Amino acid sequence: MQNYLSINNIEVIYDHVILVLKGVSLTVPQGGIVALLGANGAGKTTTLKAISNLLHAERGDVTKGSIEFQGKRIDQLTPNDLVKGGVIQVMEGRHCFGHLTLEENLLTGAYTRSINRAELKNSLDKVYTYFPRLKERRATQAGYTSGGEQQMCAIGRALMANPQMILLDEPSMGLAPQIVEQIFEIVKDLNSKENISFLLAEQNTMVALRYADFGYILENGRVVMEGKAEDLRTNEDVKEFYLGLSSGERKSFRDVKHYRRRKRWLA
Amino acid sequence: MEFFFEVLIGGLLSGVMYSLVALGFVLIYKASGVFNFAQGAMVYFAALTFAGFVDMGAPLPVAFVGAFVSMIVLGILTERVVLRPLVNQPQITLFMATIGLAFFIEGLAQIVWGASTRRIDLGITDEPIPYILDRFNMVVSTFDLIAAVIAGALVAVLAAFFQYTKIGRALRAVADDHQAALSIGIPLQHIWAIIWTVAGFVALVAGMLWGARNGAQFALTFVALKALPVLILGGFTSILGAIVGGLIIGSTEKLAEVYIGPMVGGGIENWFPYVLALFFLLVRPEGLFGEKHIDRV
Repeated sequence: MQNYLSINNIEVIYDHVILVLKGVSLTVPQGGIVALLGANGAGKTTTLKAISNLLHAERGDVTKGSIEFQGKRIDQLTPNDLVKGGVIQVMEGRHCFGHLTLEENLLTGAYTRSINRAELKNSLDKVYTYFPRLKERRATQAGYTSGGEQQMCAIGRALMANPQMILLDEPSMGLAPQIVEQIFEIVKDLNSKENISFLLAEQNTMVALRYADFGYILENGRVVMEGKAEDLRTNEDVKEFYLGLSSGERKSFRDVKHYRRRKRWLA
Repeated sequence: MEFFFEVLIGGLLSGVMYSLVALGFVLIYKASGVFNFAQGAMVYFAALTFAGFVDMGAPLPVAFVGAFVSMIVLGILTERVVLRPLVNQPQITLFMATIGLAFFIEGLAQIVWGASTRRIDLGITDEPIPYILDRFNMVVSTFDLIAAVIAGALVAVLAAFFQYTKIGRALRAVADDHQAALSIGIPLQHIWAIIWTVAGFVALVAGMLWGARNGAQFALTFVALKALPVLILGGFTSILGAIVGGLIIGSTEKLAEVYIGPMVGGGIENWFPYVLALFFLLVRPEGLFGEKHIDRV
């Protein structure tokens, strides 16, 4: 498989002192869905923001390593250039424009494209076919829509930029399991029909591994495990630490200590 | 009754002049969520620059273009030097920066054009319109009326620009959420440079009209203070609100001066708008047309 997006051993420092990523490497193949898993503060969001170059706005800096997309270095581009180049991030917590209607939200997504009215209309219709719910509520201000609708709006808005790759940060956050399934189904659809590659950061390991082809597990700013989604899903350690499944009956305190030891060894 | 209407119309027209200044605040507040303390200084700078060019012998249109170009340069420089390093900082930081900017612009204007008052003559007379004087026996100034028409046109154009154009949409998007706007590839730098330029243009128009009335002098920076009650009344985020707020403030302050003033010894025109604004803050803090704060709970 061709390496589409590749991150080589990057280190990210916030505010010149706080070391968050300590050498993360990962690759996303063309047309793949890759999941980036890990607990709170593991560095998932930072990794995504390092790729999309939103770090600078938060006083973060990629101090080592390189990020390449289609063979070209992208770590010094502005977010604007990057979106034009086909990589767009859907931020954690949706971040819709609350006072704009859903349709206006979608239209702002096409800001970087210089297209005429008909093409714009086409793109809009395409987004509406994937998210019929957005069409129903297009005249509503985004601030008054539900969490699921906002997540759809955020993904739809990214689609309007006609991306080749979407960095999806915690799409399941704060949503009912049913809506989460719906969103992931659409992601899968976009992946197979529009050939958009996805790098998605998730805490919901179970769902993410069901839809992804490949997964990386981050811990304390390092990749501690990687593998095909089904391998990770069946891996005993992953099952125990991230899926909360254990093979036997209830564990005693000694086993918990054992788990801590094993986790440290992993890191 | 004629007297009442004369006062009312005079008030409404002077209110339009307040609206014009308030408009500059609204633009910047909409696009960056910052109360731009330097708006008054920009009005002063624009008026002085315009008057300066005229004094150097430039015809009015040339002076207008020259002053506009200066405002564009000022807008772009502001974005580069002040705003860009402060992306994603708390809004109070940006607000403090605009206070600093206000002092800088005032000083710059005086260094370049000198501190003395300059006269602006737009060729519009400040005399009663004969037709209305004959027909209704009311005194309505030609100048006030023309100023009102200019302000009205400006508002209509700006409102359409914000509502229907791609850049207008992007401006509103940036106002809602900097980071999200950045993430979908809207270049904040361009947007801010544009909005400061537009605010500079509005400041120029306001400066010319106010300057023609009162002279291009330092006191113009205080005109901005009159815009405060207008903004509180109309809402910080609404262009329409700036206009309606201006009209209400203008008319009520004149009417209050004439009808309530004598009861308390007069001179209430200067503080009445602030009392009105205070009352509004208690009843409707987002203003008449301001955006409601939408929060998910």
